[in-house]
Amino acid sequence: MKTGLTINIGKLKLKNPVMVASGTFGYAEEFRDFMDLRKLGAVVTKTITLNPRKGNLPPRTCETPAGMLNSIGLENPGLEAFINEKLPILRKIGIPIIVSIASEDTPEEFIELTRHLEKIKEVAAIELNISCPNIKSPQSTVQSRQKSRGPWTVDRRQMISQDPKATYEVVKSVRKVTNKTLITKLSPNVTDITEIALAAKAAGSDCIALVNTITGMCVDIETRRPKIAAATGGLSGPAIRPVAIRMIWEAYQKVKIPIIGMGGIIDTLSALEFFIAGATAISIGTGNFINPKVSVEIIEGIKKYLVKNKIKDIKELVGSLKE
Amino acid sequence: MGKILQLKAKLIYNKRVSGRYLHLAVEAPKIANVAKPGQFIEVRVSDGLEPFLRRPFSVHSIRGGQIEILYEVFGRGTEVLSQRKPEESLDIIGPLGNGFDYKPQATGHRLQVLVAGGMGVAPLTFLAERLKKLQAPCLSGRQASSKLQALVLIGAKTKKEILCEKEFQNLGCEVKIATDDGSRGFKGYVSNLLIKVLSTVDCRQSTIYACGPKPMLKEIARVSKKYNIPAQISLEEHMACGIGACLGCVVNTKNGYQRVCKEGPVFDAEKIIW
Repeated sequence: MKTGLTINIGKLKLKNPVMVASGTFGYAEEFRDFMDLRKLGAVVTKTITLNPRKGNLPPRTCETPAGMLNSIGLENPGLEAFINEKLPILRKIGIPIIVSIASEDTPEEFIELTRHLEKIKEVAAIELNISCPNIKSPQSTVQSRQKSRGPWTVDRRQMISQDPKATYEVVKSVRKVTNKTLITKLSPNVTDITEIALAAKAAGSDCIALVNTITGMCVDIETRRPKIAAATGGLSGPAIRPVAIRMIWEAYQKVKIPIIGMGGIIDTLSALEFFIAGATAISIGTGNFINPKVSVEIIEGIKKYLVKNKIKDIKELVGSLKE
Repeated sequence: MGKILQLKAKLIYNKRVSGRYLHLAVEAPKIANVAKPGQFIEVRVSDGLEPFLRRPFSVHSIRGGQIEILYEVFGRGTEVLSQRKPEESLDIIGPLGNGFDYKPQATGHRLQVLVAGGMGVAPLTFLAERLKKLQAPCLSGRQASSKLQALVLIGAKTKKEILCEKEFQNLGCEVKIATDDGSRGFKGYVSNLLIKVLSTVDCRQSTIYACGPKPMLKEIARVSKKYNIPAQISLEEHMACGIGACLGCVVNTKNGYQRVCKEGPVFDAEKIIW
């Protein structure tokens, strides 16, 4: 039996629904020795900002029960170096490249980054990282083009994706300058994920990616200091999986656009949970650290599951949760 | 850089050396054949979720197709590793990182000074093995000045924590000991012993190779600058991925943040911003 693994997200057509999550796969070159990268559905790059970013002070990570905490602070070489040094390597793989972008100070950076990426044919889609817990959020006021909406601000301690209005504004402003598939990555650190997801959809996002990390903290009892220098960081790994599944299930019922599910996927079994809860595709994040070739193992595992259960197409599995 | 491999390696032995220290060997010829001193492997100590992340260990020695590591039971990860039995398979990744640059033709140096603090002996024994392979008699104070020589300084809290003294001696190295409490050898830090040695030995063409706790390495960097002797130091940092992807293990250098797992773990001491 032939199993259908192709999926569509906006204009993006993927040969299989397994991708690797931003920030956990570098720019793919670090994983070349472990697997045939061409087997992946897509690769999502480490988040790019307009200018190079040094990132946060070390220590930046610590282990937690069934997971880890990180506060890298979006260290990246900036747009220009990304285009000149990283993109040529990514391009050679020959799979869809999804470029993750973030703003450092003002949301206009999203627009400028998108304008540049719009011109690059090999960029298959753009992922808006409006949910990084490890940088200070935009504080400055952005004059929305629609004057009636007026200026909007985001509190320094808040992420864009914690505010439906700010989410709408950023997605809308980016939507205006690109025809590429737009993915909006949301934070689980909210009261109601559907509210934010609906705002992203209303602003024209083709897809939402759920979930980014959950803000957390660890204390060293000997020094009585936080274990990572930034005090708080993003929790990832299997520890957050039930939260991710719950949010995907909630969003799936209300938001009728594709969801890329992620949060603690480390094997085929955990990947399948996401499809059943409503994810059209999945992303492997921290799981890449434990087993660098886990993503390709999961592609094979999904195929086997579909055959065994006589499911002709992965799309039949999406949102197939029973009452 | 060569290819990095992920494989299931058969555990050959995992035995206690003394106190909290264990010596482990796995059969992994593909990695053993290409690993260089100062490089490390990442071990998944358990197939379960606890501990979650892999643990990095320096290559301590290579014997045939076997990779040996030396480790101290320190936290949950090493505790679980210490329970693993021969014949079991260990999921390992390696060889990782950049090792020591020790080729004499590359450096033009003669006297090699190896400085280990505590567990810092682990990668330096492998370095000494390779120095010996380069036809080095590993003897300090010998007159044959055209030949490579090696002097090993081992620092430990007390005489009970001195590791690998015999291994270095068997390789023909001269070994000097420093203990914090003076229970053996020089009383004080191994970095102070280094200063004493450097002031008595002609070290104009020497290189220092050091591994140990961060404060010790910082002191070595200072001494190396003062005496104008290049030092290569092996750093340790919390790692999440170990393969350069997560940017978690960075250290501040004159070239900006660099990854201990990729650009390191061995760095030129002068490049580190402490």
